[in-house]
Amino acid sequence: MPGMQTTTKPPEMRQAIVTLDGVTKRFPGIIANDRVDLVIRAGEVHVLLGENGAGKSTLIGMLSGLQQPDEGRILIDGKAMPIRSPSHALSLGIGTVFQHNMLVPSLTVAENLALGGKWWQKPRLGELAARVDEIARPLGININLDAVVSDLSLGEQQQVEIVRALLRNSRLLILDEATSMLTPQGIAELGALMRRLVERGLAVVFITHKLGEAAEFGDRVSVLKLGRKVGEIGPDRLRSLEHDELVDEIVSKMFGRNAGDGAISIPDRPANDEALLAVRDLRVLPGKDTSGLEAISFMVGRGEILGVAGIDGNGQKQLAEALAGQRRTDGGSVTLAGRSLDGLDVGKRRELGLRYLTDDRLGEGTVGTFPVSINYFLKQIGEPPFWRSGIEHSREINTHARDLTRQFDVRTPSLSTPVGRLSGGNIQKVLIARELAEGARAVIFNKPTYGLDLANTQATRQRIRDVAGQGLAVLLISTDLEELLSMCHRIAVMSQGRLVGTIANGAGAGERVGRLMIGLAA
Amino acid sequence: MSGDATSASATPLDASGGGGSARDIGRRLLITLGPIVVSLVLAGCVLLVLGINPLAYYGYVVDRGLLSPLGLQQTLTRMAPLLFLAAGLIVAFRAGMWNLGGDGQFLLGAVTAAASAPLLVQVLPGWLTLVAAFVIATVVAMIWSLIPALLRAYQGVNEIITTLMMSFLGVSLANVLVKLVFLDPATTVPQTRTLPVEDRLPRLFETTVTSGLLFGLVTIIAVHLMMTRTAFGLKLRVVGANPRAAVHAGLNVPLLTVTVFALSAGLIGMGGAVDIVGIQGNVRADWNPAYGLAVIPVVFLARMNGFAAIGFVFLLSVLSIGGESAARRLGVPQNFTMVLVSIVLITLAVAEYLDHRFNQARRA
Repeated sequence: MPGMQTTTKPPEMRQAIVTLDGVTKRFPGIIANDRVDLVIRAGEVHVLLGENGAGKSTLIGMLSGLQQPDEGRILIDGKAMPIRSPSHALSLGIGTVFQHNMLVPSLTVAENLALGGKWWQKPRLGELAARVDEIARPLGININLDAVVSDLSLGEQQQVEIVRALLRNSRLLILDEATSMLTPQGIAELGALMRRLVERGLAVVFITHKLGEAAEFGDRVSVLKLGRKVGEIGPDRLRSLEHDELVDEIVSKMFGRNAGDGAISIPDRPANDEALLAVRDLRVLPGKDTSGLEAISFMVGRGEILGVAGIDGNGQKQLAEALAGQRRTDGGSVTLAGRSLDGLDVGKRRELGLRYLTDDRLGEGTVGTFPVSINYFLKQIGEPPFWRSGIEHSREINTHARDLTRQFDVRTPSLSTPVGRLSGGNIQKVLIARELAEGARAVIFNKPTYGLDLANTQATRQRIRDVAGQGLAVLLISTDLEELLSMCHRIAVMSQGRLVGTIANGAGAGERVGRLMIGLAA
Repeated sequence: MSGDATSASATPLDASGGGGSARDIGRRLLITLGPIVVSLVLAGCVLLVLGINPLAYYGYVVDRGLLSPLGLQQTLTRMAPLLFLAAGLIVAFRAGMWNLGGDGQFLLGAVTAAASAPLLVQVLPGWLTLVAAFVIATVVAMIWSLIPALLRAYQGVNEIITTLMMSFLGVSLANVLVKLVFLDPATTVPQTRTLPVEDRLPRLFETTVTSGLLFGLVTIIAVHLMMTRTAFGLKLRVVGANPRAAVHAGLNVPLLTVTVFALSAGLIGMGGAVDIVGIQGNVRADWNPAYGLAVIPVVFLARMNGFAAIGFVFLLSVLSIGGESAARRLGVPQNFTMVLVSIVLITLAVAEYLDHRFNQARRA
């Protein structure tokens, strides 16, 4: 608990080192940060809490000079100051320890710390040792300068990175997902270290998606959700709340309703609601850096929307890919309307009516440099009537593409515009048009509204409801609990490659799913 | 606010998407031809340093490669193998596979064609001999590309490295074959048996231009149409432009990869065959024209477009035939042709970069 407050100034009087003022950042097809305001003060551990995709990394990218905001200002010591580059950020006193280790494993600690000096000077290792000692000793960090980095534990490597940031006279230290690879012991040590750093007047920004750490280490907690800042809990309130109350409050901010969220509307089930998509004991072995799947079983009926909730990266993508035939499975069976899909490839499964709308619209969903018209038919290359005897029939393609563009309200300058030039909402409409093409029986939507603006989010959600209304089975994977609550009949929760529970949507379902998502009992 | 964002982002696209296609073509021409002029000036400076009048050199190259009847016929003849090479590289590059092993594939095709044709012609009719030589060269080159293809398709091994390495091995193997296996016992210099002139590909009309030129033209146009107009070509382009999208769309990427390598190497091997049965007649030991590496920049200059490639192959032939004459007459090393082509490529890349920056600045 942040009980060891030694700074005498009241919290809101502490000096603001960095202020974000209405900062917005867009990427092709995605709004990563939407008018975020943030004040980072000296002497505070400021926790940025949010799920993957909430916009934390982009925010750090802008603070560390890797990216420039599209709108809004960044103020340093109260003066507007664009952070032009990572080295500029360092010279402004902003040091960042990234999630993934940035040390050279084959060099010694001393050599790593000396990197980035003037290239024409020989590193003065003696001087360095004295400075490291001066910085590390009061913080209780023990650093062996002669050790080769690859021999150090991850926690030790992180300490080296923190020292490296402090060597550059950082006033603001950003720790990006710093605990993700640490042992519980290492996490506790890092917490204590952060406390000592802020006692010495530094500001620390601590990024995490783990609630417990936020409550334990933070002086101030800002909650990000889908690129927007949805709440901030100041030091006074943080101290006055009991741990459980605090967790409840943060949960409600992370998963709670926002103004402007669509109304709840769950489509009626058709009279004939037999099971369409059935999955039994699906299993995928974990890969080098992907999680696996273990004993996944569920059923989706005609006209049913089954939601899959969970913190991002718990196997949702693997599940979608395994169902679509894109990923090899290591056991289990999938049937669609009584027909087994086992052993069939992507094309066959699509033909039988299983459709997969990917969450990675530009990365795998489309070929960005190809025209919109071709992207509609990317999964039908070679099929009549668009290709006959292997020869492309442009007129057929363009006629159908024009129909789809009108039907799905895709706003594009022309059919020959490269699809990568469209906005995210319009790319999504192209994908939806493609997956819903005739013959669809079950559709997997993977994070269908991720990165879309409000209007397109609403339109997409309505489209999904319509799909279910037509009697198709829908599997809706989303990290946005509110979205699932607003349209699903049932919600399954995924955690570490398993389904840890399925909850019928209704009163109180949000709380129960939310607790399952963060690893508590429902 | 969100609704506004959509329409706002659609409007500028509308404005820029419509008109200006004529201006677009003009800009394309400018950033293609401008750098070539700049390169001629830069290469001219190099010549000045060597103490040679660049105007005299360029004049001589144009005269010998383009204007004199004999030179022009040589230029057109030279185009025949180069067009096959360009066709092979277009298939590979458009599919995102960097087959840099052209020289090895070419030479192995050439050597096997040169070894088989003079023997086959004794038992087969002339036309069948030529067909057989083509088939043999194609298959041998395909086999030579198999290792890089399989490594890339199933293990993800970078084909740039493997094809280059296989090319070194292929060139050496071709030499060894000429010196040890396919040696013509009737001559003292190590070379293969010679295909008699009357059994080679017929010449066009009353000239010395080989009919291989026509085959080359037909092939590269066919490849261009295959890549742009057919489902198969589109599949290859999807793999090249976004391999993950290809997997997502259910394409069999490993199989397509192997096919691309086979097609690419096969076409290059055919280039070797056409050079032998159409032009050279035999392979001498240590013969390696290194066409493969010369054609790579040409294909890039043409932006992997078959028709543009014909134009640039013609230009390369003019430069190399004229350059060979100039080398003899003016004492400029023959490699200067490649220096010129490389300078063109570099200035073109710079122009592309500047154009990109300019576009970004205009948009911002």
